[in-house]
Amino acid sequence: MIELIHNYWLYFLIGQYPDGPLGGLVLTLLLGAAALGLALPLGVVLGLARTSAHRAIRWPVTALVYVVRGTPLLMVIFWAYFFLPAVTGHQTSQFTTMLAALVVFNGAYLAEIVRAGIQGIPRGQSECARALGLSYWQTMRAVILPQALRNMLPSLVAQFVTTLKETSLGYIIGLSEVSFIAGQINAQVLTQPVQVYTTLALTYFVLCFGLSQIVLEKRGARSVVTR
Amino acid sequence: MIDFRNVSKFYGSFRALNDVTETIARGEVVVVCGPSGSGKSTLIRTINRLEPIDSGQILLNGEDIHRPGLDVDRFRSGIGFVFQQFNLFPHLSVLDNCTLAPMKVRRLSETEARERALALLDRVGLADKAHAFPAQLSGGQQQRVAIARALAMEPPLMLFDEPTSALDPEMVSEVLLVIRDLAHHGQTLVCVTHEMGFAREVADRIFFMDEGKILERATPEDFFERPQHPRTKQFLSDLRSPFARSV
Amino acid sequence: MSIDLSIVLSGEFGQWLLRGFLLSIELTLVTLVLAFPLATFVALLRLSPWKPLQGLGFAYVEGIRNIPLLAHLMFWYFGATQLLPEGTRTWLYEHDAESICAVVALTLYTAAFMAEDIRSGIRSIPTAQFEAARALGFGYLRSMRLVVLPQAVRITVPPLISQTLSLWKNTSIATVIGTAELMYQAQRVETATFRGAETFAVTTVAYLAVSGVITLLGVLYQRRYPVRAA
Repeated sequence: MIELIHNYWLYFLIGQYPDGPLGGLVLTLLLGAAALGLALPLGVVLGLARTSAHRAIRWPVTALVYVVRGTPLLMVIFWAYFFLPAVTGHQTSQFTTMLAALVVFNGAYLAEIVRAGIQGIPRGQSECARALGLSYWQTMRAVILPQALRNMLPSLVAQFVTTLKETSLGYIIGLSEVSFIAGQINAQVLTQPVQVYTTLALTYFVLCFGLSQIVLEKRGARSVVTR
Repeated sequence: MIDFRNVSKFYGSFRALNDVTETIARGEVVVVCGPSGSGKSTLIRTINRLEPIDSGQILLNGEDIHRPGLDVDRFRSGIGFVFQQFNLFPHLSVLDNCTLAPMKVRRLSETEARERALALLDRVGLADKAHAFPAQLSGGQQQRVAIARALAMEPPLMLFDEPTSALDPEMVSEVLLVIRDLAHHGQTLVCVTHEMGFAREVADRIFFMDEGKILERATPEDFFERPQHPRTKQFLSDLRSPFARSV
Repeated sequence: MSIDLSIVLSGEFGQWLLRGFLLSIELTLVTLVLAFPLATFVALLRLSPWKPLQGLGFAYVEGIRNIPLLAHLMFWYFGATQLLPEGTRTWLYEHDAESICAVVALTLYTAAFMAEDIRSGIRSIPTAQFEAARALGFGYLRSMRLVVLPQAVRITVPPLISQTLSLWKNTSIATVIGTAELMYQAQRVETATFRGAETFAVTTVAYLAVSGVITLLGVLYQRRYPVRAA
């Protein structure tokens, strides 16, 4: 076991870099952060659309959100994998494919979180802002969204933890994130699958559990993982 | 200044406003009172279009407030509204609460907005709390900030929807004093309240409402000494019961 | 390039997809049957008055939930099977090891999430109810069974239906260990026919159809059995 770690820790951490693309745990983290970073604005836009007073905006977005949430992430990844090259005109890397799939998928989930956050702000707040003469957009930007996003923080952290776990599906399209690397290591070593996969499991555990504990320290809740 | 012409409003089958016709002049101080569910809050909320109406017209300075093409936000910025629940923005400081609308809607610079806000906070007696947050203030203090916030837009008309009903008794007078001060400075003011002592002292006219209609409108003296409508008399005698706190 | 659904829906390929679809459903149902009792047990562990038992429950829930399902599947199929004695391992490989490992991983994973939903549901019942039962002389388990759990059921069912939805979608991940469920078959069909659009469209519709049914069940349940305040 010690020898295993000694030989492969760097590979596990950063993949074949610099002799190849960045991989391993670092890639997992980068992918997760990028995915959530891009999904959040999308989620806010979709969440706003979900609370819109205009049916022409609300219904299509609601339908979109329901379709995305009813489909397995793996399916979304395959759609991206097979059709992004056709749509964009050039070969898309596994990273981009995975990123696109994660952004769309998490955007739909965040839309629901944002919607709940917005609807959780007391009506009096928006009434008052409108009574002062602020427009709908000014009200959202200056009064409602700042409060809603603050209230949503635990859900956002939960979503980040979930996104990190979702990066593992990059394995299926050959993206060299940490689960894929573990598979590669196992294929090379052959005789220590339990050790390899236990290490993989432990890595995710420390990462995800650690993240949720750091944020929840401040809020007194016990855990944040929901999917 | 404000004209109600045959205004009716329904919530489903419940008639909240029943063919109301009335005029409020510029500079007038009007107090609206009546039992719960009488439509007094609804009436005041229709003035700045927080509630839509089902029939009739409301005119502000001779113009229909529901005319198509009206910029609703601009219209509302000319009317100050103070809510029963204060509705201060908890994520902004007291000062920022008061400068937000002037800066965003009137396009004042930060310096001008701050100057105006600080002057108003001083007027309501809270200049020293400019950098505090709403959560740190008492109910009475929050409501006074809410009044300063509304005044920061320099509105020709101020509306108060039961401004002291959510306050503990000992904080009611600090808020009423501020409103009285506004009245004495010539502000056009419509106030929905149960505080009859305040009404008697400050109002030019008192409206008594029940079941969506203005049943009586009179000067304070006429209202308290010579009520005409039977229900007004009933209301006043209930107020004079040993346990009533006003009058 | 024309769209032709019939290639994918009929004959051999249609059969593959159908078999995959049925296996996905089977995986879901078997997992549900196994995970629910396990989840209830873990929830009760976490709610019990004894610290070591609480710790055990907490360790299970957090340990499982913070690891992606993919890693679970790989552990059970590639790792744990190697720990079995030779005879058992051979038996396993002859009897659809992929599905068995998938069920094991899915059960443990789903149970961890369900345990939390059950625990929240029970905790939402005021302690006074439990105390009243104890005051009448019922022990811990009987108080739970007769007084608390029946009330908790209504509150817990909607989140559990939501977990079932997640489970249904999660069965697709079993494809990585070679379980011949719907996603696996879809990949097979795509490789054989080069009809990516049609294959994935049909597969997506299949997933959405069952997702829709599950969501509908949730809506109907909440309408029929709304939560009544005490």
